[in-house]
Amino acid sequence: MKMNRRSFIISTAAATGGLALGFRLPFGGPGVARAADGSPEVGIWVAIAPNDTVNIRVVRSEMGQGTITGLAQLVAEELECNWSKVRIEYPTPGESLKRKRAWGEFSTGGSRGIRESHQYVRQGGAAARTMLIQAAANQWGVPVAECTAANSVVTHGPSKRTLRYGQVAEAAARLEVPKDVKLKDPKDWKIVGKPIKRLDTADKVNGKMTYGIDLKMPGMLNAAIKECPVFGGKLKSFDAAKVEGMKGVKKVVQVGDNAVAVVAETWWVAKSALDALPIVWDEGDNAKVSSATIAEQLKAGLDADQAFVGNQNGNAKDALAGAAKKVEAVYAYPYQNHACMEPMNITVRYTPEKCEAWGPTQNGEGAFAAVLAASGLPADKVDVYKTMLGGGFGRRGAYPNDYVTQAVLIAKQMPGTPIKLLWSREEDMQHGRYHPVMQCKLVGGLDSSGNLTGLHMRISGQSILAAVRPEVVQAQKGRDPLSFQGVFESGEHAFSYTVPNLLIDHAMRNPHVPPGFWRGVNINQNAIFIECFMDELAEAAGQDALEFRRKLLANNPRGWGVLKAAADKIGWGKPAPKGRYRGISVLKAFNSYVAGAAEISVTGGNKVKVHRLVGATDPGYAVNTAQIERQVAGSFVYGLSALFFQECTVKDGRIEQSNFHDYNSMRIAQMPRVESIIMPTGGEVWGGIGEPTICVAAPAVLNAFYRATGKRLRTVPLKNHGVEMV
Amino acid sequence: MISLSINGKTHQVDVDPNTPLLWAIREQVGLTGTKYGCGVAQCGACTVHVDGAPVRSCSFPVSAAAGKKITTIEGLAEGGKLNQVQQAWIRHDVPQCGYCQSGMIMAVTALLKEKPKPTDADINAAITNICRCGTFQQVREAIHSISKQSA
Repeated sequence: MKMNRRSFIISTAAATGGLALGFRLPFGGPGVARAADGSPEVGIWVAIAPNDTVNIRVVRSEMGQGTITGLAQLVAEELECNWSKVRIEYPTPGESLKRKRAWGEFSTGGSRGIRESHQYVRQGGAAARTMLIQAAANQWGVPVAECTAANSVVTHGPSKRTLRYGQVAEAAARLEVPKDVKLKDPKDWKIVGKPIKRLDTADKVNGKMTYGIDLKMPGMLNAAIKECPVFGGKLKSFDAAKVEGMKGVKKVVQVGDNAVAVVAETWWVAKSALDALPIVWDEGDNAKVSSATIAEQLKAGLDADQAFVGNQNGNAKDALAGAAKKVEAVYAYPYQNHACMEPMNITVRYTPEKCEAWGPTQNGEGAFAAVLAASGLPADKVDVYKTMLGGGFGRRGAYPNDYVTQAVLIAKQMPGTPIKLLWSREEDMQHGRYHPVMQCKLVGGLDSSGNLTGLHMRISGQSILAAVRPEVVQAQKGRDPLSFQGVFESGEHAFSYTVPNLLIDHAMRNPHVPPGFWRGVNINQNAIFIECFMDELAEAAGQDALEFRRKLLANNPRGWGVLKAAADKIGWGKPAPKGRYRGISVLKAFNSYVAGAAEISVTGGNKVKVHRLVGATDPGYAVNTAQIERQVAGSFVYGLSALFFQECTVKDGRIEQSNFHDYNSMRIAQMPRVESIIMPTGGEVWGGIGEPTICVAAPAVLNAFYRATGKRLRTVPLKNHGVEMV
Repeated sequence: MISLSINGKTHQVDVDPNTPLLWAIREQVGLTGTKYGCGVAQCGACTVHVDGAPVRSCSFPVSAAAGKKITTIEGLAEGGKLNQVQQAWIRHDVPQCGYCQSGMIMAVTALLKEKPKPTDADINAAITNICRCGTFQQVREAIHSISKQSA
C-alpha cells in the first residue's frame, strides 16, 4: 500500500522536482470533504475512491508498534470493506483543529493508541457502512433493512442486486452521519483479532519509506545543533567567523539562550563546521552535579520522614515491628536514554504568513503547539505533517518537543527557507529526556508460618510529571501518581498483590537532569523492585516463588492467570535442563495483566545466556496477535538492553555517554527465544500492548540469576557488576 | 570531483574526500534508503556493499569508494523483483519502525552470498546491527526461511 499522507506527497514531489509545496487543501469543496486523493469522506474516518480504495484516517503516530494497522483493522471490521484495498491517511493537527478536533487525541504514548480510541474509530467504520448501505438503498428505492454489506459490496437481498462501495461513496458522503450505531459483538470479528500483516512493510524493505531525516524540499538547507552540555546552562558566545567561510556553510545562528546551530547546504558540512566552531558555555551551578551526588540525594530519601503515599492499607509499620522475620533490601535504577535509531530531527519552513513542520512526532498536536508557540503565528497559519518515525519510545512525545522548538527558532532566522534540523547521535545521547533515576528500600515482615504480614516499599527519586506536567502534581498536593506505576492503589497500574499491612510511598527527589517518558516509564524499575523482592521474601519464608505469589494474588485472578500461564510454559516446578535456571514476575500495567518467565544459564559466574523468555499478556482484547507477538519480543529487547547495558552517568552536570560504544544495545546473538502467550479475557476495559511486557523481562532474569549464582543483583545495569549478556 | 558507481549508475560528487560515503550517498546522490544511526560504525544502519562486501558507510571515506561498485538498498531489486532477503522480510513481516532494516537487509544479503545456509552461529557472528525495536526473532526466522527455500 501507499502511505497516502501529504508529508509523503510533498517529499515525492520534491524528489521528482515537480510540484510546489503549496497543494490544495483536501477538505472543503462543494458540500463534501475529500481525502488527499480526491475521494469523498463518508464520515470523518473513511474516504472511499471510485475504485473502492478505502482511505482510513489515523491520527495516532506509527513508530513501529503497528498502531496504524491495528486501528485500520478496527475501522475496517465495522465498515465491512475489502481489507486489501485499505490504505492509511494522516489528517494533520491543523485540519483537526479547524474541525473542532474531529479526530480526537493525537498523542501516541502510554500504550494508548488502540485502547483509548477503539470505540470511536469502530463507530466511525460502522457509521460509514450505514451511510453506504443507505445510499445504495436510496439508489434502488428499496428499504435499508433489505440490504447488507460485505467485502466493500452492498447487496439487496430480495433482488440480489449489488453496488460496490466505490459506486455509492459520492452519494453516501452527502448523507448525515448517524450518531447511534451498533458495534459488532467481538465474537463476530473477522479482521480484528487476526494475525494480519502490517500495512507499512513494503516501503521498509526497499529504502522508499520516508522518515523525517529523509525529507527533501526545493531550496532546503540542513542544520546541526549543539546545546549547552550541562542541563540548565546557557550559551555565552561563539566565534562564527571561524567557520562561516567554510564551503557550503550558510549561517551560524544562536538558538534560544542555550544552543547554537550551523546551517549549511548539507548536514555533513553543517556538522563538520559545528565541530570546528569555538563555543563558550555558561554552565551554571549544575556543573557541580555528578552521579555520586545524585545517588546521595536519593539515598537520603530512603529514610526521609516526608513521602507521598501511593498505596496504603492496614498499618505496615506496626506489622513490621511485630514480624517474626524481617527482610530488607535496597535497589537502584539509573538514568537511561531512549536512543531511537533515527536521531531527533524535523524540517521547518517559516514565513510571516505560515509556519509548517514536517517530521517524526508521537504527538502531532503537541508538535503543533510547539510550532505555534515558537513561531508566534496564529493557529490557522501553522501546521504539522507527520512522517514515519524511526522509533519513538516516548522521546518524541509532546514533552518537551525541544527539537521542534529549536527548528522553528532556526527557520525564523532564515524566512522562506526550509530547514532540516538533525541532531547527531552524540547530541541525541546527551540531550535526552531520561528514564528517571530511582532508589528503593523494601522492608517485608513474615509471621512464623511464612505469611507476608507487612510490606513497606519506599521509592526515592525523580518525578517525570513534576518536570513536564507540574499542574498534575500540584492537583495531587505534590504527589506524582505515575511514580507508582505497577504498585499504585487502583486503576490501570494497580498493585497486583493483597498484603494485609501495606505502605508504598515516594520521597520525591528531582535532580537537574531532565526526565521523560521512556517505554514502560516507571514500571521498569517498580517491577524490578517489587518482583525481585517478592522472590527474596519467598526465600525467607522458605516457599516456592510461584506458590508464595499465588496466595497474595487471591484477589487478582487475571494477574494469577498470566503468571500461571507463563510459569507453566517455562516449565516451573519441573526440572530445568542441566545448567539452566528460571525466574518469574508479574505486574499490571497500562490496563494489561502481564507476566514473564525466564530460563537462563550462567557460565564463569558472570556470562548470562537468556535461552527462553516467556511473555504472557491479558490485554482484555487482542486486535492483531502477530503484531502483539512482535511487540512482546521487541519490548524484551528494549528491557533487557536496559537491564544489562544501559546507564547514563552524570559528571560535571552533563551526561558522560555519547554513542552506542558506551551505551550499548542488544544484538541478534543475545536474543533469547521469546514465547508469547496472548490470553485476552474481555471485559469493559482494553489494555495496552506496546509497553506492559517490557517490565517483566528484567525481574524474571534477575530472579533466575539468583537461582543460578546465589547472588542477588539489586542495581541496574548489570555491566556494573561485571555481568555480561552472551 | 569523485566518481561513484552506485547501483550501476555513475555519479560525480563534489565533496571533501574525507566525507563519509553515507553522506555522499544521502546528500549528494540523493538515495536516502541508507540510514544514519551513529556515525561511528556501531549500529550498522548505514550498511552498503562496496565491491560486494558489507561496509558501514558512515565510517568509510567517500574517496575510498571511488571506482568501486557500490550497492545500496535501492539497488537490491533486479528488474523490479525484490531480492530473496527483501521478499523474506515481507513474508515474515520483519520491520517494526523499519529504520534499521535497510542496513539489516544489506548485512543479511552479504552474509547469504558467503553462506547460503547460515547456522545460528553464523548469523550471530555476521549480523551485529542494532535494532531498537527488537526485530531479531523475526530476522532470524526470515533468514532461515530463505535457507529452507533454497534447499
